[in-house]
Order: sequence, then structure tokens, then C-alpha cells
Amino acid sequence: MTTYIIRRLIIGVIILLLVTMMVFLFVRLLPGDPLMVFMGNLRGSGQINTMGPEEHDRLMHEYGLDKPIYEQYIKWLGDVFQGHLGKSVGIGQDVGTLIAERLPRTAYIGLILFVITTFGGIFAGIYCALRRGSWIDNTITTIANIGMTVPTFWFGILLIYLFGYKLGWLPLFGWVNPFEDFWGNIRHIILPVASVALGGIAGMARLVRSCMLEVMRADYVRTAWAKGLRERVIVIRHQIKNAMIPVVTVLGGTVGAILGGSVFIETVFSIPGMGRLMTTAIFDYDYQIVQATALIFGGIVIFSNLIVDIAWGWLDPRIRYG
Amino acid sequence: MADKATVTPPSPDAIGVTAAPPRRSEWRRFARVYFGRRLYLIGFVIVVIIILTAIFAPLLAPYDPIQNDLRGKLQGPSLEHWLGTDQLGRDILSRIIYGTRISLEIGFAAVFSSAIIGALMGLTAAHFGGWVFTLIMRVTDALMALPGIILVLLIAGLGGRGIPVVIFALGFGGVAGMCRMMCGQALSVKQNDYVLAGRAIGMSNWRIMLTQIFPNAFPPLIVGLTMAIGGVVLGEAGLSFLGIGVPAPNPSWGGMVMDGQRYLLDNALLSLAPGVAIMLLVFGFNMVGDGVRDAIDPKLRGVL
Repeated sequence: MTTYIIRRLIIGVIILLLVTMMVFLFVRLLPGDPLMVFMGNLRGSGQINTMGPEEHDRLMHEYGLDKPIYEQYIKWLGDVFQGHLGKSVGIGQDVGTLIAERLPRTAYIGLILFVITTFGGIFAGIYCALRRGSWIDNTITTIANIGMTVPTFWFGILLIYLFGYKLGWLPLFGWVNPFEDFWGNIRHIILPVASVALGGIAGMARLVRSCMLEVMRADYVRTAWAKGLRERVIVIRHQIKNAMIPVVTVLGGTVGAILGGSVFIETVFSIPGMGRLMTTAIFDYDYQIVQATALIFGGIVIFSNLIVDIAWGWLDPRIRYG
Repeated sequence: MADKATVTPPSPDAIGVTAAPPRRSEWRRFARVYFGRRLYLIGFVIVVIIILTAIFAPLLAPYDPIQNDLRGKLQGPSLEHWLGTDQLGRDILSRIIYGTRISLEIGFAAVFSSAIIGALMGLTAAHFGGWVFTLIMRVTDALMALPGIILVLLIAGLGGRGIPVVIFALGFGGVAGMCRMMCGQALSVKQNDYVLAGRAIGMSNWRIMLTQIFPNAFPPLIVGLTMAIGGVVLGEAGLSFLGIGVPAPNPSWGGMVMDGQRYLLDNALLSLAPGVAIMLLVFGFNMVGDGVRDAIDPKLRGVL
């Protein structure tokens, strides 16, 4: 087991390095000038009057953008290992500070979402499989099929329209610190959480339902019935336990989907989190922030997949020695 | 009714019969399973209607989709403008109808390009194995480590603005998934004797890949491709919603949802109606994908 974990860990680090290289290449090679927006800002604030090529070259040199890509990458990587994520080109702030301020908000909403989608989806899926063909199964399956197709941002706007404007029950957008005003925070995150949870629960419920139905036809379940075991034991020990194995593998993907969803809900509901930070940085070509946020997002997903791999190796010994 | 084909007594011309009918009944069987479930039928009808709408957009749309009319802006639904008008006085219904074109164009183009590149990568990995396999798989791991929409957002955002950039970004986003699917299929096809036979008669690696493995590994991927169209359309809508997708005057569903967010109290349909269009399209393609998979693989029928 230890060698298995170490091997997974090394692969995870390699993949994270590949991710950072990839993002680095995107920033450097895709058309678009890392300094364009920056220089526009400077000109707007009157700090430089000419935007001639000399000024551009000077800044390129100042930010080290004139060096070969691999040199820039190694320097950046060295800085990251020392805990420096760089300085924003656009807003001039330290990227590490920015992230320290925004990551907790995204993580907080993300964690709530993870718990709700996982447990909601698993319960709904198991219930549907056990009562297959009942009206509740049909209703949930239909909602799940529709829920898979609903764009997060659109559903968020629909919820704002209904519960914010029409009914006036919940605030339209914004963020409140949960340590200062807990209930205010809850009121502010209900709609964002609901808009991502719909699709998440839908996908999870569909998967759990199909895994359960698959397991229910397995030979060992028939054997268990033939042995005369009680239904409770069969459902819990034989069916649910085995149906969960494939479900565990998608949990890493669930984390990714929640992070992807955060980009949209933070835009729709004006929540100053990581997703919003990354989108505005991409807009402003603030490449230092782009690199750092991509590093964090990639790191979180890779780490979740690592946990999933370890859990899977633990659940199913065949994997460990494969 | 559909069973009739299998019950028909053999005609005197026995050789002709055995040559032709198996193929026809295979299609019949496919159609019977596919159209046997109402959801799949609905999905099929939706897809057909959407494609027809895209083709005949100029005939169907009552107004020009990009012609401003500032005097008539933000009207509610009326007999002239069934869904009302947007913040620049453009007819929302017409913009949704023309938006079908953009969504489908981007959807097909992105899926097609990611299918070609991903399939080539997957084939190469499966066929050569060894370090080539490891390298390609690690690259796809890296591509998949970033949540799909974030990868697409990065490429589209850093790549500049315009429809080709959006197609490139969405296509790039789909490469890793396509490569994985192709690789899995190709690895199992590779075990077949005809591949060995090809090697025995001295076919080159590339020839075996393209003439033996590819044609046999591809059909199951059609399901994945159909499903991918829905995903890509959702992705395009998301990009346009964030303002990084289809540029301004073009009618894009995601962009319309974004425009409408500020005018929810004036005309909520500006935001809400295009979303329904997105959902219909994604639902249609998902159902067609599900249906084709069911019809190809009877084991999964009714499970998913």
C-alpha cells in the first residue's frame, strides 16, 4: 500500500508540473500580448505617455518576458517553491495575498456543494434503483435528465429572478463573511449553491442509479437472496457497497466540476472568489494571476484524484497490485 | 409491425435474400430499439427541428438579428415581437433562431476537430505502446487535471476574440477525452486476429492503424461524439456568457443570457428564453446519443 501511495504521489506531482508548463505555454504562445492591458492601464493613469516599442521592450525586460520560455519557467517554478506566486501585472498586488483572501470563499462554497451533491446524488440514486419504475423514480430520473442539460449560469439567473426579484426572499448577489454574519452568509449562498447543485446531484443520481441496477443483477446478489439473507443486509452489504466502487472514482471529477461551476456562480452572484479572480485575470491578461490560479485549480483536482486513487486501492485490492 | 421483416418467408431467389436482408433487418432492429422509447424519439425530433431551424433561419426569423432599433428597446412580449426585444431593440426570437446556427456551427466544428486530433493521439498511443503511450497518457492527464471549462476559458481568453478561437478552444478542451476513448477502443481492437494477419502480410504500422484498427474502433465512439456536441454547446454558451466567447453583434445564446441579466425586471425573457434553447439542444443531442448507445448495446437498455 505504501509503495502504491508513493507511486501515485509522484505521478501526481509530474502531472501538476505538466499542467503548469501547459499554462505557461498558453500564456506565452497564444496570440495576445501579456503587457497590452497593463500598458493601457498605465497610459490611462498618465504614468507613461508614449506606448512606443521602446517602452514595451523596457517592460518586457523588467518582467523577464524577453528571456527564453524555459528560463522564465524555471525562474517561476523556483519562486513558487519558495512561496512566491508573483506580482499581478494589472493591479500590482501580490498574487499570494490575493489568493489567500479568495481561496477560502471558493473552498467554503465548494465544500458545501461537494457534500450536498455527493450525498444528495447517492441517496436519490439508491432510492430510484430500489423503487425502479415507481412514480418517484420516474420523477427524479426526469428531473435528473433535465438537470444535466441546464447551464449553471442560466439556472442561477432564473433563481435570482424568482427568489430575488419576484418573491424577494433572498438577496440578489454578493458575499457576506460567515464569521461576521452567519445567517446573512447562509442567505447569500443558498442560490449560488442551488444553481450548481442541481446539475451535480442530477449527474450523481444517474450514475448511482445505473451502478445499483447493474449490481442488482449480479450473481452474488442472486446467491445472497437464495441463501435467504434479509433484504436489509443484501441491499446494504451486497448492493450498495459494491455499487459505490465506480461512484468513488468519479468523485475527483465532481471536485473539478464544482470548481468549474464556481467560475460561473461567482460571476452571476458577484462572489469575490477564485473563479472570479481567474476570469477577470484572463480578461485583463494578468498572466501572473492566471498562472497561479491554474496551479491552484490543477493542484486541487490532482490532489482529489490522488485521494480517490488511494481510497480505490483500499476498497479494491486488485488495483493496488495491478 | 417492425417484426414483419423477420417473418417474411424466403423468396425463391435464396441467394439474393441471404445477401441483402441481414443488413436491412439490422437497421430495422436499430430503428425499433431507438424509436421504441419515447424520450429518444423526442430527442430525435428536437435535433431534426434544430438543424432545420439553423438551415432555414433567414426564412423563419421575423426580423434581422443584428439590426438595432433603439426606439423599441426592452419591449415585453407582443404580437410583433413574440419574445420581446433586447436592450438594443433587436427581436429576441430572431436572435435565438439565428443563434441556432452559431451554436451548431461551433458545436460540430469543435467536436469534429477534437475527434480527429484526439483519435489520432489515441490510436498512436494504443498502437505503439511503451513510452509513446506513457507520454500521451500523461499529457491527457494534464489536460484533464484542469476542470474542462477552465481549460477552455484559458485558451479562449488568452487566444484573442472571435469564433475561430472559440472553436479552437472548445476543440482543444475535448481532445483529451476523445484520446482516452479512442485509446481504450483501439487497445481492445488490437487483440483481434485480423490485426495480426495485417502484420503477417507485412503492412506498415500506419497502414494497420488507419485501415485495420481505426475503422473498427470508431463506431462505438459515435455515441461519445453525439454526447460531446451537447457539452460543447454548453461550453460555448458558458464562454459567451462570461464575455470570452462569440463576439458581440453575433447572436449567441450564452451572450444573450449575459445581456439579459441586467434587464431581468424589464424583460426577463431576454435572459431566460435563450437558456431554454440551450437546454433543448443539449437535451436533444444527449437523448440521441443515449438512444444510439442503447440500440447498439442492448445490455445497457433502460439502465442509464
